[in-house]
Amino acid sequence: MRRRVFLVAGIVLVLLVVTVALVSLFWTPFPAADTTGGRLEGPGAHHLLGTDKLGRDLLTRLMIGARIAMAVGAGAVALGALLGGLAGLLAAFANRWLDDTLAALLDILIAFPTLLLAMLVVAARGASLGSAIVAIGLAMAAIVARLTRVLAKRVLAMDYVTAARTSGLSWPRIVTAHVLPNIWPTLVVNLALQFGLAVLAEASLSYLGLGPPPPNASWGRLLQEAQSTVLTAPVGAIAPGVLLVVLVVGVNLLADGLRDVADPTRRRHR
Amino acid sequence: MILEARSVGFRYADGAPVLDDVSFGVTAGRSVALVGESAAGKTTLLRLLLGLRRPTSGTVLFSGRPLPTRHRAAQPFRRQVQTVFQDPYSSLDPRQQVSRIVGEPLRALGFTDQAPRVAAALDAVGLPADAAERYPHEFSGGQRQRIAIARAIAVEPTVLLADEPVSALDVSTKVRIIDLLAELRATRGLTLVMVSHDLAAVASLCDETVVLERGRVVEQGPTREVLGSPRDAYTRRLIASIPRLPS
Amino acid sequence: MSLLSVSGLAVSTHDGRALVSGLSFAVPRGGRLSLIGESGSGKSLTALAVTGLLPPGLAATGTVLLDGTPVIGATDRTLDRVRGRVAAVVFQEPSTALDPLMRLGKQIAEPLRRHRGLRGAALRSAVLEALDEVALPARVARAYPHEVSGGQRQRAAIAMALACRPALLIADEPTTALDVTVQADVLALLDRLVAAHDMALLFVSHDLAVVAKVTDEVVVLSGGRPVQSGPLRTVLANPGDDYTRSLVASARRLDAALDLGGVS
Repeated sequence: MRRRVFLVAGIVLVLLVVTVALVSLFWTPFPAADTTGGRLEGPGAHHLLGTDKLGRDLLTRLMIGARIAMAVGAGAVALGALLGGLAGLLAAFANRWLDDTLAALLDILIAFPTLLLAMLVVAARGASLGSAIVAIGLAMAAIVARLTRVLAKRVLAMDYVTAARTSGLSWPRIVTAHVLPNIWPTLVVNLALQFGLAVLAEASLSYLGLGPPPPNASWGRLLQEAQSTVLTAPVGAIAPGVLLVVLVVGVNLLADGLRDVADPTRRRHR
Repeated sequence: MILEARSVGFRYADGAPVLDDVSFGVTAGRSVALVGESAAGKTTLLRLLLGLRRPTSGTVLFSGRPLPTRHRAAQPFRRQVQTVFQDPYSSLDPRQQVSRIVGEPLRALGFTDQAPRVAAALDAVGLPADAAERYPHEFSGGQRQRIAIARAIAVEPTVLLADEPVSALDVSTKVRIIDLLAELRATRGLTLVMVSHDLAAVASLCDETVVLERGRVVEQGPTREVLGSPRDAYTRRLIASIPRLPS
Repeated sequence: MSLLSVSGLAVSTHDGRALVSGLSFAVPRGGRLSLIGESGSGKSLTALAVTGLLPPGLAATGTVLLDGTPVIGATDRTLDRVRGRVAAVVFQEPSTALDPLMRLGKQIAEPLRRHRGLRGAALRSAVLEALDEVALPARVARAYPHEVSGGQRQRAAIAMALACRPALLIADEPTTALDVTVQADVLALLDRLVAAHDMALLFVSHDLAVVAKVTDEVVVLSGGRPVQSGPLRTVLANPGDDYTRSLVASARRLDAALDLGGVS
């Protein structure tokens, strides 16, 4: 029962951010580049959450930030899951030599700092939303691949896989019938965690000025810009921080809840 | 001979031989036990008989022909030979409903009348029809082994290869599963190849016995002779080791 | 007074499900008793409750006296004094009782050092003695658990359990994971050692024939309740209740299947 509460809470939190991101596509209180407000205004009737030091509306920028967070999270997770999942499955099925090689490659990639990787990607492609997604997605792929490899190997060692082989089931069908259903609950929880980490990683990139360039206002950039005026205009720093936490906590709760719904062994007996 | 091993040997690239010059066969409708303890090579031999691995020397023959190795070519063989494993926990996918588990060989081998065959198989192993919609974790060890047996007989194979099918079960459950296997053999004319270290199960189910020690056959013949008057020293020790009830 | 006395033992989960209930038995000094039951009978939980080793989430009520010391509700300090010295346990799977990263000799030395205060050369010779007692060669002392066979691991676990000369040895399915020939050797070893050191034995098993090798007295458990107790021969000859009857009948059938010479 408590599980159900967590799941609902997760859905509510994530939907909140998704809705804000969707609304920002059609409507924001002010145009993104509008600088007509006063500098560092406090929350008020005209600018609900106040303005930044260039006179831009904070709520507008937060809404656009939600869009970027969702895009980075979803994009990086999609890229990481696809590349990582495939590489992990390949390694699980590979012979000893190929498996060892892949495992070593993954270890190197995981040891490689994400930020350094991001800087390389930015250096190659320029700072953009796409670069951020590619950099974070690649780093994530290595982690997802290693996890997929271990999980898939565990499933492949089970007798029910041997039974499937002696039943004449082909390898691709064994993957879809047994391997994926048995690894995805663990994988999806991990991907949700990665979604949260991707959003945080993008915030760090933007904070360092490696993220999507202005007028794209990611939450990390907002935090960085509000840093110097945190004492005089605290809302500018607190609001993006709160939103980051809401999104990250939300996806984690959602993932935990999903795993329980998806797993028949966790359901109560009749 | 429906299934036959001819001078079968197996060794890993970097190790000592697991199996060395193993020969035996089973005629259709008969039953044979492969008996031995850990490291005897029983499980490896079973995998060779199933065509999951290829012997490094010698051949495995099904109906007089070498086992096909390619997936498609192996389908007719799969239709004839099905398996039951020791551990009724790891042998059933925890995320699949029983109907899906039992129906897997039917789907894989392209049967069209799956639902009635699943129902018939569940009925044959003594499970209620409503078992089909449930998941493995809702069943006891013995019931799970019945599900595994239902999966094996769903395609009505001619040969059942069983890897320690009763070793993980409680005594009273063990007796019931032995009875079930004996009944299936009698009613369907199934050929049974059973790997086991449980000599009581072997004596109850198998016409013939092959004793393996460290990858070699040390003795083989009718079960009554092999277990009743063993000639080999290892077989004698094995039999003497079985704890018996006080009379 | 009995070395181990259990009365009205119950084990239940925190949400109130009873896994063991109404269980009473006693093992005198030098006496032997077996708990028999199938999976879910509560026999292993009883063995754990007797030594205060129940996993978190389970609670025991009733009275368990080990050499006069109450076990239920006792502090870890009290239990530490009792475990090893008064009672030691051998489990089904020796690998869970052994540290995979420590040489076997060092693991056997540990209780000898702690409880018998041995050091240096005296400790080394005590370890070799302990290995010799369970018929393990001296070189096993330098091996890690994964480097020896399952039977040798179980012998090492027995050597550890016996290191402090406990008055009571509790053996929970000690041979179930072993090959038949190894099982016969380990049972004979247990039988010999328990007799030689005048120890009491509480043996837990699902197998009547195995039990017959080491004890005469049994308690049959089903669904967490004792259904019959008394001398094994009486239980085999006159199983009193339905459960015991079916258990004995099954065991007899399997046993009879082995009589290939006699029946035609």
